Amino acid sequence: MSAPPRLALAGIVKRYPGVLANDRVSLEVAPGEIHGLIGENGAGKSTLVKIIYGAVIPDEGEVRWEGRSVRIQTPSQARRLGINLVFQHFMLFDTLTVAENVALSLGSSADRGRIARDVSLFGERYGLPLDPLRPVHTLSVGERQRVEIIRCLLQRPRLLIMDEPTSVLTPQAVERLFGTLRQLAAEGVSILYISHKLEEVRTLCSRVTVLRGGRVSGVCDPREASVADLSRMMIGAELPAAASHAKLAGEPLLVVRDLSVPARSHTGVSLHGVNLQVRAGEILGIAGVSGNGQNELLSLVAGEDRRASAGSVFVGGDDVSSIGVAGRRTRGLAFVPEERLGRGAVPEMGLGLNTLLTHDERSNPGLVRHGLISTSGVTELAERILRQFGVRAAGPRATARSLSGGNLQKFIIGRELSKAPRVLVVAQPTWGVDVGAASQIRREIAKLASEGAAVLVVSEELDELLELCDTLQVMAGGSLSEPMPARNANVERIGVMMGSNPVQASNAAA
Amino acid sequence: MEQLAPLIAATLAAGTPLLLAAMGLLINERAGVLNLGAEGIMLMAAVAGFAGGYHSGSMLAGLAMAALVGAITALVFGVLAVGLATNQYATGLAVALGGAGLSAFFGLPYVGKSVPFNTTFEVPWLADLPFVGVAFFKLHPLVYFALLLTAATAWFLARTHAGLVLRAVGESPESAYAIGFPVRTIRLAAVAWGGACCGLAGAYLSLVYTPLWVEGMVAGRGWIALALTTFATWRPWRIVLGAYLFGSVTMVQFALQSEGVDIASQLLAMLPYLATIVVLALISRNPAFIRINMPASLGKTFHP
Amino acid sequence: MPRLEPRAEASQAMRFAAPLVALLVTAGITACLMFGFGRDPVDGMRVFFVVPLESARGLAEIGLKMTPLLLCALGLALCYRANIWNIGAEGQLLAGSIAATGMALSIGPGNSHVAGLLVVIAGAAGGALWAGLTALLRDRWNANEILVSLMLTYVAQLMVLYLVNGPWRDPAGMNFPVTRMFDAAASVGAIVPPYRLNWGFVVALVAAAFGWVFLFRSRIGYRLQVSGNAPLAARFAGFSEREGIWVSLLICGTLAGLAGAFEVAGPLGQLTAQVSTGYGFAAIIVAWLGRLTPLGCVLASFVMSLIVIGGELSQSRLGLPGAITMVLQGVLLLALLSADTFVNYRIRWR
Repeated sequence: MSAPPRLALAGIVKRYPGVLANDRVSLEVAPGEIHGLIGENGAGKSTLVKIIYGAVIPDEGEVRWEGRSVRIQTPSQARRLGINLVFQHFMLFDTLTVAENVALSLGSSADRGRIARDVSLFGERYGLPLDPLRPVHTLSVGERQRVEIIRCLLQRPRLLIMDEPTSVLTPQAVERLFGTLRQLAAEGVSILYISHKLEEVRTLCSRVTVLRGGRVSGVCDPREASVADLSRMMIGAELPAAASHAKLAGEPLLVVRDLSVPARSHTGVSLHGVNLQVRAGEILGIAGVSGNGQNELLSLVAGEDRRASAGSVFVGGDDVSSIGVAGRRTRGLAFVPEERLGRGAVPEMGLGLNTLLTHDERSNPGLVRHGLISTSGVTELAERILRQFGVRAAGPRATARSLSGGNLQKFIIGRELSKAPRVLVVAQPTWGVDVGAASQIRREIAKLASEGAAVLVVSEELDELLELCDTLQVMAGGSLSEPMPARNANVERIGVMMGSNPVQASNAAA
Repeated sequence: MEQLAPLIAATLAAGTPLLLAAMGLLINERAGVLNLGAEGIMLMAAVAGFAGGYHSGSMLAGLAMAALVGAITALVFGVLAVGLATNQYATGLAVALGGAGLSAFFGLPYVGKSVPFNTTFEVPWLADLPFVGVAFFKLHPLVYFALLLTAATAWFLARTHAGLVLRAVGESPESAYAIGFPVRTIRLAAVAWGGACCGLAGAYLSLVYTPLWVEGMVAGRGWIALALTTFATWRPWRIVLGAYLFGSVTMVQFALQSEGVDIASQLLAMLPYLATIVVLALISRNPAFIRINMPASLGKTFHP
Repeated sequence: MPRLEPRAEASQAMRFAAPLVALLVTAGITACLMFGFGRDPVDGMRVFFVVPLESARGLAEIGLKMTPLLLCALGLALCYRANIWNIGAEGQLLAGSIAATGMALSIGPGNSHVAGLLVVIAGAAGGALWAGLTALLRDRWNANEILVSLMLTYVAQLMVLYLVNGPWRDPAGMNFPVTRMFDAAASVGAIVPPYRLNWGFVVALVAAAFGWVFLFRSRIGYRLQVSGNAPLAARFAGFSEREGIWVSLLICGTLAGLAGAFEVAGPLGQLTAQVSTGYGFAAIIVAWLGRLTPLGCVLASFVMSLIVIGGELSQSRLGLPGAITMVLQGVLLLALLSADTFVNYRIRWR
């Protein structure tokens, strides 16, 4: 008889109010296996991960660890068993050093000098170099992920769970990470690799479990299945058609000229001589690993940050550098920020009142009557947005908080599009949104561009930018590369630019 | 010169309750919990300490009683703000109000009573030294204890694993919880510790500083102690500086009066409060500076 | 161990049940306290909830106490919705009473029928000025408004003591720390003499109505609430953070200052050392109990004035210490905050 699987889940059920997050889920991971777990957002992947890691207790079902039935009640218990998790949203302490961060997960007995040595040692062995004495807030996103991984490795894991690890990495860094993971698997560590990117799973994993709507919809060897097969299992249909728009080359509607602004805080990024231009009918994409100055650039373009020097930001030909958010909005600029809840919408307010964040009596005279807010006016507007963009919500009075991520994003984008903006700036348009909604959002953006608007898209998903955009620029270290046509773009080269100083990289490539 | 030595001694004595309370609140806040109830906790402990000392005749018993009642009162805040995830500001205010009322209630039998303790102390040998003897070595043991507490707190935060865990919880409770720390238990323990320290501070007032019980006798010192943690940018030794600075402001008030300066006592009594405002404004005027030093989760509720 | 589990959508039923639950808990604890102090709890409850409502005079007294509570609570509700943690309404009320007294004492005797109006306006200005100091320190130097507003409350209290013991002491007052009585013209008239209830009560009710429109129908009220609820969304929308600080504090100061003026120019008729019995602090609880809504504040200030009057009565009739009022206020707020948890969460045992 062969060795028992390292981890075996059988019949796992987890209910939340109104949702069945996991419905009789079973899963097996063999020793030394790299096992993929794929599914759409909301398919139940993160609940399942939390159950394995002891952060959530299942309502029903059995967890077997190396052949023994176990009840994992807390993350520390999971770690004692040898289960470790590399979080998608890093669970690090910004003001502490790398060594302190590692020490926290090793328990009180570990000696700090030894930890520092081990960090260097393991870093060398697995290709994850780090300076143990640097505070975490000074590290790049990729380096932070290394801290997460090393922190796990020092605990000698027998099962390593990687939760969407590549969303913050350049293509080259992804390759290096895969190398590390294969090396670990060869040493006998089991790896559970969670992703929504089918290509990645096909290159890395020897087996994959697919979740859909909380249930297992298939288990297969991804190297033998096609992307179409996997996508059918994952979303129950073929991937939707790509969005496309007719390219026009009109006048430049959004121009940023030589924009340099120092960082606001110790966690911020300084911008160095950023140049970009978006013409009417054009979609410009900004690629790059997040945290390289994208947020700073967006705040400066939207007018939330008013420190741009005169003559550096233009909307529709007007210098708006010293004008605030409202002034830029009246000139036809619309902005969809990355954070939907709390920035793009007020969580505790109804959708009707949320329209007033960006709409006013000038854009919609029905909203204000006798100088006072008209309840019926905002309700009608919200209803129209819900109808027009197919947003699923309890109605115009439902709070923003009660909407799912995809529906809230559709509402926010709908709210901005319903003003027919001349310039749309949108960050991470489909982050955490299910495939159906994502493709609808991309189509709406493409449609706006074909109607003659200038669109600036900032995204971590290179595939999305390649599908949607006419032109690409890469952001790294607070600088922006020269523009390049998105069609036939060289992914390899973009990857190099994402990881280095883009000015040098684009010069070298030219 | 002869007047300076007792003035220094008086400054240290006046700064000690602030130091004790602020040192406890520092631990509280480094774990991410802002307890605005400090004033009420100090009042509750002041009356409890007085009662304990009065009935047992032992100052130590009084202090222990005060620390215990301080911790219990703080835990009322803790159970709500940490356990039930209520708003920390509002809960703290409720404890400040309720503590002030309840202490007046329980304190009624002790109004006008006194405790039979010896309030003069001398450090053997050192107290006989000229000048420094009077200035530094004829003070109540709690004054020296407060400094010891500071050293211990500084060591705990910087050098121990438990201190590292506490800082981690205050920095990001989400991360600490995710990697397996019992965030709420740690926060509750920090709140109880903060309450015990505030309790000692309250008892110092009612047993040592003005050895009697008067309604509302803490007179805003709990709030000033809260301001001190910001003033010190959450570092132990800077709290010492701040506490004695405020002690000296109180002393200036008495010194001026004894010099016969013709300013109404009510106006002079405003000095510590005005000084708090000025100091807060000076320290806070650079938001980025405060943000770097402040425990990142301070005042935010956390529920797993 | 019990675990809190977030509800999918906040429970509206709990939102309105929470204040009632909190009141019941508070009443229960009061009864226990009375029992503990050897008083009959049933008698005690009567003093709090029945006696004040038995006579027209009692009702008028309730209205009289409601006035400062409601005025301060309206301002505080606005501040808290804007996420400005002003806890110094007490100091702003005192500043208002000082300014009103200053005006009343400087107006010559009985020669002007606008004197009363001037006194009230001076009070409002005094309160606004005091709150404006907090706003200035927060806006210009980023100083924490909780601590500043509270420190300014201590300063205002000492200022009152200084004035009534020093420059403004009534020479004919037998050395009591009080100013001379205001002239009739400089006072705020009673609505139905001989009861002491004055026109300030009407002003407070009108302020509540205006407050509702301001909060829920005006653009500026909307902006303040967005700033308070989601500061990043306010920046995204282009709303000014400074506007929120200044507007909410100035309005709160104005209302608290009015409350102070109505006290000295109404039932007291002079400035005394005990001009306020902690109305500004009690109003914090009123604001929360009233769910930070103006109409809720009207109801809550009624309940709170029952507690204040009950506290006074239990002092005279049951011989309990006056501090019982403060105890009940603290317990009420704690009970309310705990009950509020269950608006957004429910308990799961495991």
